[in-house]
Amino acid sequence: MWTILAINSVTLGGLLFLLSAGFSLIFGLMRIPNLTHGSMFMLGAYFGVTLLAWGAGFWIAAIGAGLGVALFGAIIERLLLRRLVGAELAQVLVTLGLSFMVADTCLMVWGGDPISVDTPAIGVGATHLLSVAFPTYRLIIILIAVAIAAALWGLLDKTRLGAMIRAAVDDPAMARVCGIRVSHLFSIVFSLGAGLAGFAGVIGGPILSVYPGLDQDMLPLALVVVILGGTGSLLGSLVGSFVVGFLYNFGQVLFPELAYVVLFLPMLIVLVLRPRGLFGRVTL
Amino acid sequence: MGAGAAPPPRARAERGTRAVNALEIRGLNKSFGGLRVTSDVELLVAPGERRLIIGPNGAGKTTLFNLITGELRPDAGSIALFGHDITRLAARRRAHLGLARTYQIITLFPNETLLRNVTLALLGLSPLRWNPIVRLDRQRALADRAAEALRRVGLAHLASRPVAQTSYGERRRAEIAMALGQAPRVLLLDEPFAGLSVEERRDVAALIAAIPRDVTIVMIEHDMDVALEFAERITVLHFGEAIVEGTRAEVVEHPRTREIYLGAA
Amino acid sequence: MTRILALLIAFAALVSLPFWLGNAYYINIASQVLIYAVLAMGLNLLVGYAGLVTLGHAGLFGVACYAAATLINAGFGSITAMIGGLAATLAVTAVFAVLALRGTGLGFVMITVALGQIVWGIAYRWISLTNGDNGVSINTRPHPFGLALDTAPAFYWATLVVFLVTLGCIAVFVASPFGAAVRGTRDQPRRMTALGYNVWLTRFLAFLLSGFWSGVAGLLYLYYNQFVSPETVALSASAEALLMVIAGGTATLFGPIFGAALVVIIKDVASAYITRWNFMLGAIFVLIVVFMPEGFVPGSVRLWRWALAPRRPRAPVLSGERVP
Repeated sequence: MWTILAINSVTLGGLLFLLSAGFSLIFGLMRIPNLTHGSMFMLGAYFGVTLLAWGAGFWIAAIGAGLGVALFGAIIERLLLRRLVGAELAQVLVTLGLSFMVADTCLMVWGGDPISVDTPAIGVGATHLLSVAFPTYRLIIILIAVAIAAALWGLLDKTRLGAMIRAAVDDPAMARVCGIRVSHLFSIVFSLGAGLAGFAGVIGGPILSVYPGLDQDMLPLALVVVILGGTGSLLGSLVGSFVVGFLYNFGQVLFPELAYVVLFLPMLIVLVLRPRGLFGRVTL
Repeated sequence: MGAGAAPPPRARAERGTRAVNALEIRGLNKSFGGLRVTSDVELLVAPGERRLIIGPNGAGKTTLFNLITGELRPDAGSIALFGHDITRLAARRRAHLGLARTYQIITLFPNETLLRNVTLALLGLSPLRWNPIVRLDRQRALADRAAEALRRVGLAHLASRPVAQTSYGERRRAEIAMALGQAPRVLLLDEPFAGLSVEERRDVAALIAAIPRDVTIVMIEHDMDVALEFAERITVLHFGEAIVEGTRAEVVEHPRTREIYLGAA
Repeated sequence: MTRILALLIAFAALVSLPFWLGNAYYINIASQVLIYAVLAMGLNLLVGYAGLVTLGHAGLFGVACYAAATLINAGFGSITAMIGGLAATLAVTAVFAVLALRGTGLGFVMITVALGQIVWGIAYRWISLTNGDNGVSINTRPHPFGLALDTAPAFYWATLVVFLVTLGCIAVFVASPFGAAVRGTRDQPRRMTALGYNVWLTRFLAFLLSGFWSGVAGLLYLYYNQFVSPETVALSASAEALLMVIAGGTATLFGPIFGAALVVIIKDVASAYITRWNFMLGAIFVLIVVFMPEGFVPGSVRLWRWALAPRRPRAPVLSGERVP
């Protein structure tokens, strides 16, 4: 039983990583907690549902949804956030307002009933590892998370774009002086983060299903991950995601009455004692 | 000399007697990471003295002020105000002991009138500041003292003018009024002439000269003409160290001063 | 003079409202506006006057509700429940304040979010304490001095009294030396410290006052609704409260009242015609933040003046005089 719980925790961690990596990058680069992130996750999930209904394969739907949400992210960054450069609080409030708008639009378009998403063919059934049967799909999620983590790490560590992003996270003023177009980076990172969240929404579909309120369930988790792991740090998101995955699942079982306290108390402790998180580069 | 050196016995600083220094700084050290910004600084300012602190940009002058006011904690050394050791004293308590300062960048309260700005400064020392019941506008004693402070700097006619509608020179003078209004024993002026026109400098210089001797003044300044007229003793800072100190004449003639400001002699 | 006249007319209109509004539904809307106006004014103490934005105030509002409801259902009288509710709110507010004041700006907001979420998590999951998703309901409204508050007009007037007392207290606070000190810590905290103020304590006390009024609003809400659930303390509730303050304008005494009216009316009345309340809430939020950051009331005034200003050549600026 504990093994299953542990596997589910790792799966949740993987899913949370997909959700939070983008959030952490946005937070690190633009210095704002993107409160629309949960809604982007949900929007992507709904996009996926529609694409699946139109006959697209699961993976196509996931990527398509990711691209759709990335486009959405690019639009709101360009139209709204760009106008408020420097006013971080205003940007946070705008993302909050947008999250309401997105959530209500989803309710309008896709209705109030939860929609389940079928597990893709490749993930159906169980795989036997170490004489325990694990649902295959959950293992696949872990693999996907690792693959995306590797890809992001490659992007940040090995490419010029990644170097520019890292520079801008460390010191935006200096980066500008060096000729880096930080506002372009903002657009790119915001779209990338949004796209990842949307993609994650579809990937998580078979496990979480899609329902109104999914955004409100996921956003606080992303917040905790990023605060714990540290903003602007990929490693932090990775570690934080798995920590939260475990805290959430084991918390529900061990302390059902304090399930959310188990989640938010560490976040609070970190904020109060070590605002940079475990690996963070940005102090709040 | 490390922190914890016994401070001189506490004595009233009466006019004429120099039993105790107005400001006594010994062995003051401060580093940020690997960068030493204040290095073994010793500064002894007598009551009523007019001390000028000069030095190139980055010499640590404003940092020194921040250490004196308590905004920064020193790594080592001691600071005493009229014999009272304030090294570990919270910044807000130092105002109550008679320490006041102005800022290099104007830090008035932007949404208020000049009178209200000075009133707020006075309120900081008054127990009224915790009172949520009475009307601030009706506190006549406070308002009168604030108006008086504005009169001393020649801004009485602008008392009800919002800060946004005042000129830069007027704001500089308002800064000084806020500090003077608190009736300080030691006044720290951080570049009070910065950004002022020639006439405005004359006005501010005159008003500083008119400050009575029961206020000890320590000034940071770049503008040599005006500052030299003011100074009785000068301390020259360079890379956080006090490298030259003496009377105006001594410092001006000192080879190291010329070296710092004009390159090697 | 005109100001006093306007206030008198407004006062008369408010007092006589049940007579000219007639319909109990609309009178209840008015009661709701007043309840949320109290919440918004209290929140504005922190957001507008102390300059500390918070997204956790629904938690404080809700603590009063839950505490009072629990006490009433345990058999205690109205007065005890009210005192208990306010005491609980103050205690929780103190904890919020001590923790949140460890951060500034964005850090402060995040800590309030975490704290609000902890309160929500307890409301949602600690079922033995809070009945979880099912919420807590009470059967009765209080009977102060034996007066029944079960009818819409009666409750409205009781709420109006509380509202006016709140407005009076806050007006006094704003004009007081402490009020000026709070605003000073918002504008120049560094200087305030150098001037001898205890900035932390000032902010802490402002937070406590703010929490107190949120608790008062919470009690009113409980008696109005006779029900409280985890939704009352959710993040979206805190966001709505913040919207009321921002929409109305943080720099004024009456701004939050207007903001509360705006949000409540759109939520209740407009939702009869437009079903997408949350969308509108979000859209208004976005529009106000982007186009009228100083709030709807001052922003509208600014836009109105700009629209009406006659196009004439600028007079030369006199030396020393700045055109605002």
